[in-house]
Amino acid sequence: MAEFRLPKNSRINKGKHHKANGGKNLTTVKVYRWSPDDGENPRTDTYEVDLDNCGPMVLDALIKIKDEMDSTLTFRRSCREGICGSCAMNINGTNTLACTSSIKQFKGKEVAIYPLPHMEVIKDLVPDLTHFYAQYASIKPWMQTDSVPLSDKERLQSIEDREKLDGLYECILCACCQTSCPSYWWNGDRYLGPAVLLQSYRWLADSRDEYTGERLEDLEDPFKLYRCHTIMNCANTCPKGLNPGKAIGEIKKMIAQRHAL
Amino acid sequence: MTQAYKITEHKFDAIVVGAGGAGLRATMGLATKGISTACITKVFPTRSHTVAAQGGMSASLGNMGEDNWRWHMYDTIKGSDWLGDQDAIEYMCREAVPSVIELEHYGVPFSRTEEGKIYQRPFGGMTTNYGEGTAQRTCAAADRTGHAILHTLYQQSLKHDASFFIEYFAIDLVMENGECKGVLAWNLADGTLHLFRGHSVILATGGYGRAYFSCTSAHTCTGDGNAMVLRAGLPLQDMEFVQFHPTGIYGAGCLITEGVRGEGGFLTNSKGERFMERYAPNAKDLASRDVVSRSMTIEIREGRGVGSEADHIHLHLEHLGADVINKRLPGIAESAEIFAGVDVAKEPIPVLPTVHYNMGGIPTNYHGEVVNKVGDNPDQVVPGLFAIGEAACVSVHGANRLGSNSLLDLIVFGRAVANRCAEIIKPGSNHSELPKDALDQSLADLDSARYADGEIKTADLRLEMQKVMQNNAAVFRTGEVLQEGCEKITATAAKLPDVKVADRSMVWNTDLVETLELRNLMSQAKVTMFSAENRKESRGAHAREDFPDRNDDEWMKHTLAYLGEDGKVAFDYRPVHMNTLTDECEVIPPKPRVY
Repeated sequence: MAEFRLPKNSRINKGKHHKANGGKNLTTVKVYRWSPDDGENPRTDTYEVDLDNCGPMVLDALIKIKDEMDSTLTFRRSCREGICGSCAMNINGTNTLACTSSIKQFKGKEVAIYPLPHMEVIKDLVPDLTHFYAQYASIKPWMQTDSVPLSDKERLQSIEDREKLDGLYECILCACCQTSCPSYWWNGDRYLGPAVLLQSYRWLADSRDEYTGERLEDLEDPFKLYRCHTIMNCANTCPKGLNPGKAIGEIKKMIAQRHAL
Repeated sequence: MTQAYKITEHKFDAIVVGAGGAGLRATMGLATKGISTACITKVFPTRSHTVAAQGGMSASLGNMGEDNWRWHMYDTIKGSDWLGDQDAIEYMCREAVPSVIELEHYGVPFSRTEEGKIYQRPFGGMTTNYGEGTAQRTCAAADRTGHAILHTLYQQSLKHDASFFIEYFAIDLVMENGECKGVLAWNLADGTLHLFRGHSVILATGGYGRAYFSCTSAHTCTGDGNAMVLRAGLPLQDMEFVQFHPTGIYGAGCLITEGVRGEGGFLTNSKGERFMERYAPNAKDLASRDVVSRSMTIEIREGRGVGSEADHIHLHLEHLGADVINKRLPGIAESAEIFAGVDVAKEPIPVLPTVHYNMGGIPTNYHGEVVNKVGDNPDQVVPGLFAIGEAACVSVHGANRLGSNSLLDLIVFGRAVANRCAEIIKPGSNHSELPKDALDQSLADLDSARYADGEIKTADLRLEMQKVMQNNAAVFRTGEVLQEGCEKITATAAKLPDVKVADRSMVWNTDLVETLELRNLMSQAKVTMFSAENRKESRGAHAREDFPDRNDDEWMKHTLAYLGEDGKVAFDYRPVHMNTLTDECEVIPPKPRVY
């Protein structure tokens, strides 16, 4: 029989409620908590945050909570300007970067913060990204050539050819798209997922790379590539405004054209 | 103590601590040379702060007009206000060209010229013909050059199958009789401790911008390597020189690249005046960063700041047009919108000088070997220990770094240290037995921080330290304010033992990580403040109102600051290298620095 409830040890309990020390402009921040140390179920803790004394972003609210209310709250963060990709998390149902996501949009409302979905959780908002990184390495994300360039000169690339990398090379490997994809939820063990396929296409699109054939051959697999069913959550959620779904479409087109030859 | 914490031992030929631009360039360089190398990093490599570098990497390729590495060398020496070591600067500027060509071959997606070559833009202080014209020397991938380079270096490290230990926090150097033998690190994911043995330990741990309240630096820029060096009884060099970037976004502190001004952007005050024309008649908005930051500070101080509080400055790029903005500065447009709510095609960006870069750091020679002054020898190498990147003070930046010389520094010296290690390491040679108590002090410190149960929150003490640094070691300094700063930072540092840590776990305990980082920041804050008080002249980024002139007779020397176990700061000095490496260029003697 199908089981419709989460296993007992996965059910999320109601956690602690941390009241604000006064303040008029309060927002309720609910945060997923889980510690590997105590054997207890996950829970959601509630923090009342005074937006009048808080920076403008969700990350500022999390830091305020950690600094002032509960220093055990655990999350990744680094650059705080949307370029390092550390603070990817699920904020009110959307995967995004906490550092570029406005907290003011939740003024007077409740905001729920969870780790990136469908990943194993190490602690609180910190997911285990090991498998994602291994998939990234598996596509050989480096320039492959047989020709040897002149040692004292750059390879030439036209402005038009360079433009083909725009919208691809800017990826910050935050995994927001990867973990928003239902196909990746089901087949993440074998489907490469939108972030990794975007990176595949980044090298296929680079006029300097000479291994297009090998790269396409590697991708031609019912799981690695073709589990993309153009659901397009990836493009909707990408905090950098990239479109992995389109890149995947381009790869499929390249494979189809290759067979047509 | 060694029994309470189980320690896993790893043996490699070389250990790199840090996976930013310098650490990754060193790691891949070592890996390609067949030297077994472990790279330990507290964040996944592509999340290191090199990723946030925007404007570019200087190299006299001459793709956009005539250029010469000697002109680059001259500019760098002048930018350093004659505190840079000229042999190291010669090395960097010469090696710039092959280093950037190599990066292109690795796949960095540089922007291109009509001929398909690497695009280069003007940057502050970069001139042709020894100060005459404006050089286009800064190689750029739009305004995401650091991102492009860092990702490419990580990709190359994957290609060469380097061993990474990701989300491992380095705790201490393991020293024996003045030699470095390895590093103790903590694996956040499972809470285990690891001893990494290496014949060479290379610190590539970046700067310590987070010692200040407002900085462009990431939360993780806590100078952990610098602090480990201080704890090992070794000195840090020229720590009084802290660069304020002219254009941090007002309020948020996020960086807006100097490349904006390189592409034709300019600054105005509340009267709409392009005030840089008064302070730097030739270079104007492209004067070097210390000059522009001081000029902005004076404008604000004299009541010509913009905004309701008249406390910042406007940076204009509306006139550049959509094409230049979209092609050359797309990341800036995005940041300005998110963090300042500004559409750069229509309005100026509110900006303020913001702490950005540490010229000071671990003293090294141009091979990346850490040096100390021992007896009469100012260049005594510390066996087994290396430093590169912002953590190091080679010194190629002297008293003030030129924009786009940092990415260059990372790559050139990351490469140099790999070459040096290949010369001196015998791959696979044995590691000597360590004394049984070698790790005791480090473990005791870790344990006491983990169970710290004092009265002060880590975050509160950090804020106190940051405020002291912001107020007492700012763009302009006076003896009085600095003396007060020394007293205040000493009092703040004395509260460290009274800190409180609430999380007792060893798994992803960021409460403990932040506390250890605070301990690291505090020691650097202290030597920075004391070094600033000690240097009684104005040079580069160190502007003393009570000593407004550069004093080459007394102060053309590097400060060495030691932090004793009693918490006292002691000073010594090393001479500036006023010699070149080869006879293919000439020493640039000191002269007044005018832009």
